[in-house]
This record gives sequence, C-alpha cells and structure tokens, in this order.
Amino acid sequence: MNFFKVALPYIISGVSVGGQYALIAIGYTMVYGILRLINFAHGDVFMVAGLLMVYIAASFPLFVAIPAVIVLTVMLGFTIERVAYRPLRSAPRMSVMISAIGVSYLLQNLALYITGGLNKNYPAIPWISDRVTVFGLDTTRVTVITPFLTILLVVALVMLINHTKLGMAMRAVSKDFETSQLMGIRINSVISATFIIGTFLAAVGSMLYFTNYPGVVPTSGGMPGLKAFVAAVFGGIGSIPGAVIGAFIIGICESIIKGLDTILIVNGVIGEQIGLATFSDAFTFVLLIIILVFKPTGLFGEKQTDKV
Amino acid sequence: MSEPILSIHDLKVNYGGIEAVKGISFEVPESSIITLIGSNGAGKSSTLRTIAGLVKPVSGKIVFRGDDITGLDPTGIVKKGITLVPEGRKIFPDLTVLENLKMGAYLRNDDISGDIQWVYDLFPRLKERSWQAGGTLSGGEQQMLAVGRALMSRPKMIMMDEPSLGLAPIIVKGIFDIIREINRQGVTVLLIEQNANMALKTADFAYVLETGKITMSGPGAALLVNEDVKKAYLGT
Repeated sequence: MNFFKVALPYIISGVSVGGQYALIAIGYTMVYGILRLINFAHGDVFMVAGLLMVYIAASFPLFVAIPAVIVLTVMLGFTIERVAYRPLRSAPRMSVMISAIGVSYLLQNLALYITGGLNKNYPAIPWISDRVTVFGLDTTRVTVITPFLTILLVVALVMLINHTKLGMAMRAVSKDFETSQLMGIRINSVISATFIIGTFLAAVGSMLYFTNYPGVVPTSGGMPGLKAFVAAVFGGIGSIPGAVIGAFIIGICESIIKGLDTILIVNGVIGEQIGLATFSDAFTFVLLIIILVFKPTGLFGEKQTDKV
Repeated sequence: MSEPILSIHDLKVNYGGIEAVKGISFEVPESSIITLIGSNGAGKSSTLRTIAGLVKPVSGKIVFRGDDITGLDPTGIVKKGITLVPEGRKIFPDLTVLENLKMGAYLRNDDISGDIQWVYDLFPRLKERSWQAGGTLSGGEQQMLAVGRALMSRPKMIMMDEPSLGLAPIIVKGIFDIIREINRQGVTVLLIEQNANMALKTADFAYVLETGKITMSGPGAALLVNEDVKKAYLGT
C-alpha cells in the first residue's frame, strides 16, 4: 500500500513522459517502415519545434504561435526529406543514414548559432501548465492530459492508416516501391506525407515535453530523441502500436528509477539516498542492448524484415 | 487487323549498364493479343517495364492511342490506360484480397463496386478468399489476384510479364483461358512469355525477341509451326 502511495507520482509522471516519447517514436517508426531509414534528424526536428515556440511565442499570442510552430515544423520535416533524402532514393541505405546524421548536426549547429548555446526559457502555456490535483497528488495538467492526447492521436493515425486511401498507399509503399508505382501511386507523395505526419506528432510532442522542462538548448532533442528511438526498436521498428507501447514502458520504468531511492527508503529497504536515479538514462540503453540481443525484431516486429 | 493502339518505334533501353533492348519496333492492334517471346535476357521484361514507365528509354518513341507517352512516369501511364501485371505477381502479401483489388483502383475516384464484382465473376476463387491476406493464397490464386488487381484500373491495354512463371500446367491453362476471356471483353493484351507454346497458341500475332532485337514475327499459329521457332523455343 505504502509502496503505491510513494510510487504513484512517479508512475503518473512516467506515463506522461511515455506519451511524449510515443509521439516522437511514431516519427521514427513510420519513416523506417517506409524508407528503411533511421531518421537521426528526428530528435533535432523536435528540438527545433521547441525553439520555434520560444521565439514565436515571444512576439505572438499562443493561439497564433501554436499552429505556427506546428506548420513550420511540418515544413521543416518535409524540406529535410525533399532536400536530404529524396535525391538519395536509389543510393545505398547507408548513404541516406549518413545524410540523416548530417542533417541532425546541421540543425544542432544552426540552433547553437541562433541561440548562442544559451538556455531559452520555454513559454508557459496557460491551462496546460496549470497545477491540478489528481488522486490527492499535485501535478501539472499537461502531465495528466499527455497520455490521453497521445492515445487520441495514435487512434486517429491508426484509423488513417487502416481506413483511408493514403493509409492504404502507405502500407503498399512500405512493402514494395515498384509494385506501388504500377498501381499509380506516386511514392514521393506518400513518403512526403509520412514525414509530414511524423513531424506533426513531434511538434505536438515538443509542446507537451518542454512545458515540463525549464527550457530548450541545441542538444535538447538528443536524449528524448534517442529514447524514442529505443522505444521504437523495443516495440518493433516499423510498428506504430509497438512504438507507443515501448514508449510508455520506457517512460514509466525510467520515472520509477528516478524515484527508486525514495521508494526504497520509505519501504525500509535502504537507509539513505544511494543515487539510483543516476541510472534512469542508462536503463533505457541497457534495455536496448537486451532487446537487440534477445529479440532483435522487438515486441511487434515484422515477421520478415527484408523487402520481397 | 484494326488500328494499332500501341506502337513502339526504334526503342532502346539500358538495363544495369548493358543495352538490353537494341532498337525494336512493333505494333499492338486494338483488341488483340500480342506476344513477345524469347529466352532469358532477350529484353522482354525491359520492354514492358519501359512501356510501364518504370524505366526511361535511351531513345525511341512509344505512342499509345495517338499520344506520345515516352518518358511518362508510371502514374501517368496508368492514367492513360495501361497496366502491367509484374513478373512474379507481386501482390501485397499483408493486404487482404479485397484491399489488393482496391489498390489496383488507386487512381480512380468513381464507384468501383461494379468492377470488384466483375473481377470476382472472372475469378470466383478470389471472392471466396476476399478477406484473406494476399500472402496466404496459392501461386495460381496470386496470379489471378495480380491480374484482377490490374483490371481494377479499367485498363485499355493490359501487359503481362510471364504470367505462367512457376505455375503447374493445369493452372497455366486456366490463366490463359482468363487472358482470352479478358481480351474477348475488349481489353488489349500484350503478353511476354518464356512458355512459347502457350503464348503462341493464345496470341493473334507474335514477335520473337533475341538479345534485344526482333528476329521474327508472324501470326501465333504460323510461328507455332515454324521450324526455327520450334527448335529454339518449343523444344521439339
């Protein structure tokens, strides 16, 4: 009983962080599903969305800033694909990946140039930054709504993929470029649509994520991006439900580890703080290693990984 | 024979650095069944893939119903009314039979229920398996699905790349019956085959392709009894 009482705040915050990771992880997993490309720039697009919010919200009201951030981030995602990946469509996959790493550093360096490397305070978004009480627990509203918003967006996305023409085209293109072309599908449009959806979700995720953090720096995209990537691998890269479940598991575990000292002290297992919280990041990567060793295709990975 | 629906003028195509098609010209009359036969590497597939827009020709001209369609992208070609049933069938294994058929109608915005019914009438087996994933079908059924999917775009001309490949003789016969049936319903057929025997029996007119050049042509029935063709392709 006591355990749950102490652990509850960590679980709730973990679910919330998990939802934010999920929104980023979908971008990784969708792009991989279609292009077989690990889009290393995705975490940095997430960071840019954060910076855009900082700058735009400084001179415009939020009802302008929020849609503007989403539109600009989506345009950035679209442009990256158009400029850095599309010309390499018939090149070996490794070349595209290296291009993605290049874009990642380019975005970080641009951010460094513009911000001067200083921490930029993220604007408080009214209502979602407000404090609320759930289960007798004081927290921010964003923590509570994140998982619900995430699930809502994921359900909408799954419906799009399973029940619309675009979704059908995405599923076809992810299996076979050439046959999809023979059906009359323009694969470039479908790939652009994939990047648009992925960056849209990352933009929404960045608003939820940075609201809970003091600010944005040029490397802010690194850690959440990596963790979302691990979540996508954990869930089985290419699978959207897999990425979401993986993200929630990682978010919750990492948050519990952050509070492990406190939980253990209250339960009388240890006498004083021993700094287990340090391992919260390491845990994610240990998980990555374990998954890659024992189940490389992840929880819901494709049965066949190669194109037929 | 009637007016050509498709005419190819001096087509040259490179494939993987070699000249796979070395300047061929041929015509496909409207509502006919035309076949290109030849051995592996003769340039048959390259010819079809070029017409379908998957490969850009080095030179030459492709004219379809009076329009120059050389160099159009595959989407443009499908819009013009040409579809290719690819070699190896290439159905979408994770999509259901019905979804595969809907993929074939991807560019259409009108009501397709009548055409789905039409395909199911042509291939009753597909109707039984409507909700099954395409990958679970047998080879023959997958070929039926590939043909049905191609018909869903309501093509004026359907091109088939080795429809008999890897199928049992009895299934092959069924496929060729369907090819004739589709043709009887007004769709022009351009067929390439290594199974020269079946192809020549079915086709109105045939061209023999050898290392990228047309070496012989004539009505299917005439080539069937031609001594050179017999020796090279019929194994008799």
